[in-house]
Amino acid sequence: MSIDLSQFIPTFLDESFEGLALMESSLLNIEQGDVDIINAIFRTAHSIKGGAGTFGFVHVTDFTHEVETLLDEMRDGRRDINKDDTNLLLQSIDCIKLLIEAARDGIECDNLNVVNVKKALEKTLKIESITNSNMVENTIEPKGVGQWAINFKPHLDMLKTGNDAINIINALTDLGTVTQTIDHTNIPELSSLNGEDCYLSWQLTLNSNCARSDIDEIFEWVEDECDLVITFVETSNNAINNITEQPTNSDIQTATEINNKSLPNVKATPEIATNNTSMSVFESASIRVGIDKVDTLMNRVGELVITQAMLKQIGSDLLNHDHQLAAKLIDGLAQLESNTRELQEDVMRIRMLPVSFVFNRFPRMVYDISAKLNKKIELKFSGENTEIDKTVMEKIGDPLIHLVRNSLDHGIETPQERITMGKPETGLVHLKAYHQGGYIIIDIIDDGRGLNSAVIKQKALEKGLITNEQELSEQDINELIFTPGFSTSQEINDLSGRGVGMDVVRRNIESLGGHVTVASISGQGSTFSVSLPLTLAILDGQLIKVANETYIVPLISIVESAQINNKQVKAVAGRSSVYLFREEYIPIYSIKRLFSLPQTAEKYEEEMIVIVENNGQKYALLVDELLDQQQFVLKNLDTNYMAVDGIAGATILGNGNVALIIDIRGVIHLNQFIKDDELDVVDYTAEGAA
Amino acid sequence: MIDEEIIDIDEQGQQFLSFILAGEEYAIDILKVQELREWSQTTLVPNSPNYIDGVMNLRGQIIPVINLRKRFNLPNDHTLNNRIVIVLNINDGTRFRLMGLLVDSFSQTYDINEKDIKPAPSKISIIDDEFIIGLSTIDNKMLILLDVNQLLSSKELSLQKTNHVA
Repeated sequence: MSIDLSQFIPTFLDESFEGLALMESSLLNIEQGDVDIINAIFRTAHSIKGGAGTFGFVHVTDFTHEVETLLDEMRDGRRDINKDDTNLLLQSIDCIKLLIEAARDGIECDNLNVVNVKKALEKTLKIESITNSNMVENTIEPKGVGQWAINFKPHLDMLKTGNDAINIINALTDLGTVTQTIDHTNIPELSSLNGEDCYLSWQLTLNSNCARSDIDEIFEWVEDECDLVITFVETSNNAINNITEQPTNSDIQTATEINNKSLPNVKATPEIATNNTSMSVFESASIRVGIDKVDTLMNRVGELVITQAMLKQIGSDLLNHDHQLAAKLIDGLAQLESNTRELQEDVMRIRMLPVSFVFNRFPRMVYDISAKLNKKIELKFSGENTEIDKTVMEKIGDPLIHLVRNSLDHGIETPQERITMGKPETGLVHLKAYHQGGYIIIDIIDDGRGLNSAVIKQKALEKGLITNEQELSEQDINELIFTPGFSTSQEINDLSGRGVGMDVVRRNIESLGGHVTVASISGQGSTFSVSLPLTLAILDGQLIKVANETYIVPLISIVESAQINNKQVKAVAGRSSVYLFREEYIPIYSIKRLFSLPQTAEKYEEEMIVIVENNGQKYALLVDELLDQQQFVLKNLDTNYMAVDGIAGATILGNGNVALIIDIRGVIHLNQFIKDDELDVVDYTAEGAA
Repeated sequence: MIDEEIIDIDEQGQQFLSFILAGEEYAIDILKVQELREWSQTTLVPNSPNYIDGVMNLRGQIIPVINLRKRFNLPNDHTLNNRIVIVLNINDGTRFRLMGLLVDSFSQTYDINEKDIKPAPSKISIIDDEFIIGLSTIDNKMLILLDVNQLLSSKELSLQKTNHVA
């Protein structure tokens, strides 16, 4: 019998990394001394150890075993939970992560840290913890020679988990003498017998002076794969037959509860807001589905939306022809439309995950950094269940880390500084997520020193980003930190000043179709506000027509559109034109020229102007005609072709035709490639005067 | 450069699909062909090489269409009706891509044995030699076998694009 275990490795990896993340967030709350948390951490460590053992990841098993031992001592109350141990456990989690990654890649983990942390673990374990003066084993457990009745009924598929009953029984024999009765009534006809299933069950009698926990330990790895009842029978009798079957889970639950009660000095658990975050991970039932399957589903629904739009068009054409059934068809189609829309929303929701997936990495970061900087910082979340598209979430992690680091590093003052300023010693960093008009907003609020506009202005002047003549409001000055080439950090440290400035943060967020702004009150703190589209797969756009081609301009970039007024077009230095719009001169970009489109009939020529904004700068796009505003399903051009400058992607219109989506930043970039002599002056001024 | 798959023909021979371009008959490996479609107006792709006819919607997939006449600098024939797009499924080494080939018309399919494929003398056709993998004679008719991968290599497309923009 051989089973290809390797097929389960990806699941093991996923679960382990999730488990480690959970351990980490739980450990950060451990200081409140909640035994439930330790139990949860212990269980996670135990499943990682078990899984690693199954796949033969020896280093992971060995290491995790040490961690488990330490946790076990904490769980039994043999060891107090102190900061050093917590730190050690946190480091251990990092090491387990490294070890699992190494095992996954089939290499030896050569990280020195792992060796050091393992040594530290071993050392800690050797020191007998004497904090619990009246250390208690489970008081209800009997001592002395006794008889244990064990009803062990493996589930059919237990063997597939790599566990074998013979090993378990052998292990029991080490504790004492075992008599066994095998129940083989469940073995089916040979024809229907599956060689990989386990049909036997055992009634075991163990004569031993062992503790209940010793027996539990033997069955620990199979507790989810069998029905197990363990009873202590008085030394003399043989009441094995009276045992009723009972699922082990509840049995073990009781054991845990008893454990808790036997701990004399469990501190009362204060109510902590962040507790909810870690616990919610347990509560939500979920299935694991490949993202490609969800994407296929998305595409399918996208097709459905297009087909439905096509039918709608046919329906309205029929109505014009006065077909008698046309009205009925239209009704039916209206219903179809609302159903497809709902379906689309539902499918979109599959891709949505609570933003807490991003937030969850911050407690550890704040913990580490505040220790490093000798600052006292409290991290607060709100709205962490606000949902966001998975693709957006994957890309927002780094910019957010940068912003939070910035608040920790530059925002929050040292405790001494804070006390002299009359603020509470502990600084507060608040991450707040909420919805606002089709966007999700994530605010990073700190009560630190705020931005120093005088310093920023000075620096911007030095770097030539602004001139003395420019009149800037405080807000304008604060926004300068997002300008390329600006970084206030005096020296480069490994926190904020990694050569990546706020300009990169802004660029990354804008490439997702979002914005970032800052508001600050000197001495009271600053708020960075990141707004992101709910999804990248669907886009609100304005259909435009240029030289008989239809394009889509993302609605988010459009400031305004208007009929062109020739009097407002001015030539600059005889080579390019600007448009005077609301007392601002805006450079004019001709889509026709940038996209090398053929000339069309005179009367359609570029009559409309669409004012768009990119990176705080306005541009005027010349177009022939404005059409509908609609939602579009975004598709990539490079799936079958390649990325095209100035084009963000494509979509399929209601009539089945493909329309390209204009990428504003790309178009601006394209303009630089156009040679001067190609840039003829749009001479509207003369025309206007005539 | 010759497609390895084509050298590796088994004794049963290989099926080819042939099409007409400017009066000549060409054939391509049928295993690379997904389907045939009648041409309809495509969407222009800005600043793309001139032989890219545009992109079209193939049941929700957006695929580029290559105008083979323009690819080989042949003049457009405006008398042609019902031009055909041969939709190819090409593995470019990293992934499968769908691409359309716009040709004058579809001809037929042939079974061709490896031994019947002769190397082509140079300048046999209006098409550049590098795209031709061989010749075959069927019913006294010369058939030019084309290397599809070479024709659609993304490297070449990208190269053309940079030249154009710069």
